[in-house]
Amino acid sequence: VLSMFCWCAGAGQDVGRSCILVSIAGKNVMLDCGMHMGYNDDRRFPDFSYITQNGRLTDFLDCVIISHFHLDHCGALPYFSEMVGYDGPIYMTHPTKAICPILLEDYRKITVDKKGETNFFTSQMIKDCMKKVVAVHLHQTVQVDEELEIKAYYAGHVLGAAMFQIKVGCESVVYTGDYNMTPDRHLGAAWIDKCRPDLLISESTYATTIRDSKRCRERDFLKKVHETVERGGKVLIPVFALGRAQELCILLETFWERMNLKAPIYFSTGLTEKANHYYKLFITWTNQKIRKTFVQRNMFEFKHIKAFDRAFADNPGPMVVFATPGMLHAGQSLQIFRKWAGNEKNMVIMPGYCVQGTVGHKILSGQRKLEMEGRQILEVKMQVEYMSFSAHADAKGIMQLIRQAEPRNVLLVHGEAKKMEFLKQKIEQEFHVSCFMPANGETTTILTNPCIPVDISLGLLKRETAIGPSPDAKKPKLMHGTLLMKDNSFRLVSPEQALKELGLAEHQLRFTCRVHIQDPRKEHETVLRVYNHLKGILKDYSVQHLPDGSITVESILIQATAHSEDQGTKVLLVSWTWQDEELGSYLTSLLKKGLPQSTP
Amino acid sequence: FFQYCLSGHPTLPCNVLKFKSTTIMLDCGLDMTSTLNFLPLPLVQSPRLSKLPSWVLKDGSMLLDKELKECSGHVFVDSVPEFCLPETELLDLSTVDVILISNYHCMMALPYITEYTGFTGTVYATEPTVQIGRLLMEELVNSIERVPKAQSASMWKNKEVQRLLPAPLKDAVEVSMWRKCYTMPEVNAALSKIQLVGYSQKIELFGAVQVTPLSSGYALGSSNWIIQSHYEKVSYVSGSSLLTTHPQPMDQASLKNSDVLILTGLTQIPTANPDGMVGEFCSNLAMTVRNGGNVLVPCYPSGVIYDLLECLYQYIDSAGLSNVPFYFISPVANSSLEFSQIFAEWLCHNKQTKVYLPEPPFPHAELIQTNKLKHYPSIHGDFSNDFKQPCVVFTGHPSLRFGDVVHFMELWGKSSLNTVIFTEPDFSYLDALAPYQPLAMKCVYCPIDTRLNFIQVSKLLKEVQVMNFLFP
Repeated sequence: VLSMFCWCAGAGQDVGRSCILVSIAGKNVMLDCGMHMGYNDDRRFPDFSYITQNGRLTDFLDCVIISHFHLDHCGALPYFSEMVGYDGPIYMTHPTKAICPILLEDYRKITVDKKGETNFFTSQMIKDCMKKVVAVHLHQTVQVDEELEIKAYYAGHVLGAAMFQIKVGCESVVYTGDYNMTPDRHLGAAWIDKCRPDLLISESTYATTIRDSKRCRERDFLKKVHETVERGGKVLIPVFALGRAQELCILLETFWERMNLKAPIYFSTGLTEKANHYYKLFITWTNQKIRKTFVQRNMFEFKHIKAFDRAFADNPGPMVVFATPGMLHAGQSLQIFRKWAGNEKNMVIMPGYCVQGTVGHKILSGQRKLEMEGRQILEVKMQVEYMSFSAHADAKGIMQLIRQAEPRNVLLVHGEAKKMEFLKQKIEQEFHVSCFMPANGETTTILTNPCIPVDISLGLLKRETAIGPSPDAKKPKLMHGTLLMKDNSFRLVSPEQALKELGLAEHQLRFTCRVHIQDPRKEHETVLRVYNHLKGILKDYSVQHLPDGSITVESILIQATAHSEDQGTKVLLVSWTWQDEELGSYLTSLLKKGLPQSTP
Repeated sequence: FFQYCLSGHPTLPCNVLKFKSTTIMLDCGLDMTSTLNFLPLPLVQSPRLSKLPSWVLKDGSMLLDKELKECSGHVFVDSVPEFCLPETELLDLSTVDVILISNYHCMMALPYITEYTGFTGTVYATEPTVQIGRLLMEELVNSIERVPKAQSASMWKNKEVQRLLPAPLKDAVEVSMWRKCYTMPEVNAALSKIQLVGYSQKIELFGAVQVTPLSSGYALGSSNWIIQSHYEKVSYVSGSSLLTTHPQPMDQASLKNSDVLILTGLTQIPTANPDGMVGEFCSNLAMTVRNGGNVLVPCYPSGVIYDLLECLYQYIDSAGLSNVPFYFISPVANSSLEFSQIFAEWLCHNKQTKVYLPEPPFPHAELIQTNKLKHYPSIHGDFSNDFKQPCVVFTGHPSLRFGDVVHFMELWGKSSLNTVIFTEPDFSYLDALAPYQPLAMKCVYCPIDTRLNFIQVSKLLKEVQVMNFLFP
């Protein structure tokens, strides 16, 4: 029984700052390297000092895996690789590799250029960090080293999101990252085969929610947007540039077309056009419908949605604006929010999860008086709506994935403690597997049953298969040998070789047994009778009568002497080594039955 | 371990491998050289073709006058073109467990195998192979079905009759097994049996054998296959390239230490250096256009055409050809150009880097945007309005027996100002031109074949250290 360790640097009973360290059969793998949107100080990055202690990250980690491009999964990567120092391989899918540096640069700009922070990673560091990235295909088995292999599965959460299987020998872990089990307007559903990992590490953002049908949510969303626009209000939809934004754009675009609406829809510039371009070039990662029709009509070329200019925010009349970032913690979405918050005709729709500490989280939890920078108080009169559009698996989806993969243990991360506790119970009840939910900094140990390969020496194999009936491929065969554990490997060798290699002297174990036989004849005649008797019964064995008056059956020695007191009784000495125990005891019991009546 | 070879064509293989009680078909290429024996299918009534004299037997009998026509000393069958299928008698194809496809050119016989032999297994191929393979099949079906031909010749196939015909008809083998083209429903049924795989994905077959596709560097999504049990490793190397063109480079390291290496799809024109040929292609094209002539490039709708367009993109401005229109005519032209841009993961490093920017990996996107390259589904419709000469036309089929290319051969063949440039190596250009003789137009042969040549093979074999080779 070996064990597997799993340690959460971030994302333990917490959403944001995903960073998990897994130790499997001596290999150390870091899963995601995220930042926390709710903090602006040291706490935004995971604490890598636990890993480094005094050594170097590169020496300790075998590889780093990034599940998708959201900053809470990759935001700390340049800090980790360039500032703390890591030179090993970083694995991610092609779309993630393409989009990740752009979001990192965007994040850097907001932090350094706008907020004026120093001691932050630079553009060059992002570039250097990305040079360490190895892109992987879906389902490709990547051999990190001779023993460690990883494989990506489609996760559906955002463009290029993947789940990863990490395997060493027959021990394996699956890390889901964020995933979505129901296809949406632009992405497909997550899928994994029945790979039976020892441990499944699953996100649990929506651990207790069983969300109503997507269609209802969409209808609700469109109704609210439509009503606000009809009464002349402005709708602000804070989004991240890539992901949900595209889905909602497709939704509004088709709705505007169908209803023949005229109110303008804007998308905050910068990333947007680029973002749509990524979707066009990586269209093989979207859902089946979009992939099938892209030659005729590319869903990511929008007619009604135009680029936003800062001046438009003050325009009179209704409009809909998609603005980044999604949690109202900085940037354009926050600027527009401050402008529009005072008017009750307006509406802000939060289409995704908001991390604690962000403006988004505050207004969603009912706060209507916000303290902004410079002690200014902002009164929120506009309507605040929450629509769960972010593509995480809900409780039903998580259960479904567990059913697909059939793990032996489940570990929940990326969720809130209370909700996770509920899901943990449900999982344990339904699947009868252990379920863990470690807090940040806590280590979980999981017992596994790894198979251990043993090399058998060719000589021994040939010798053993030559004994007895010819081998039948369908039946197991018993073999004798010595198991040597040396130099971190296991070998099955012949006893002689083992003795030789270990420099041990051989000891023999012999059994001797006396069998009394009633026979008045002379000793040599008794021996002859025994010899004939054995020869008659043991036809397949070599039975020999030696000149010194003893008998051998294979390597077993039989000698006869007269009983010291009773001349009519002969004593047969049967002697065999431990290796011949089977034949020896058989012979003894045979002789104990006595000799047949001689026929002179 | 047994191996059967079901195709006589060196670059369109079809082999069956029996290994560890599984039966694996390696590729199913379709030999289309048989179509060279047929008359071209014109899109518009061609007076020249319809006036060709019937071929008459030596004894003067008119037995075959409806089936055979003569043109400049060659005899052609006047019928719907037919294809030479892989051998189906040698073994029971319903026992084939899986079919592994190595590239989109090597799957053209798939509908014949999956729909007519009782095959019930699975076909494995990469996503670009399937998508582009579908386009090739669609183009083939479309170009034959849009020109319905009333007559279907069969009398000449009679063994007694065939004996009396002139070469090469006399020597054509297994003519009774030649088949007409499949239909779209059959294509769709065949393609639905394909399971998509990625490079280096390990696929278990019945727990007995593991197969893995590896990048072969020849075309988008093209692959070599490793077929291995616990202790034996068979490598199937088919249509591979060590040159840097648009696809991901060939994965050689994973072929190391194979017990058996099966090698097919080598270049048939080892003396033609692809780079030199591209240069010749460009200079011939420029010369013709400068002299006021048109250039016809018979080609497949995917593959080398991407590289040619890229070369032209770099070449046209310096050669002063910016105002010459380039036309790409195929029922799947648009799809092919669009599909080429979305397989970033299957492209060479340089192209991948472009996608990360994000920019389209192939410059033909810009050629289309600037109106230098225009694509049309056929010569009918919009094309006839936009058509300006002199121009360059890329169109199929390279055999010159069907597709829009037939129309341009008839249209431009009479003028010595025009040039036809052959780039696809699958057909002998002289045979392809035979039914158009006598021809005034210039003919240039610049075959571009990036597949391995003998020198590269011997280098490869040295590097991968294989125990046994097999050249089927």
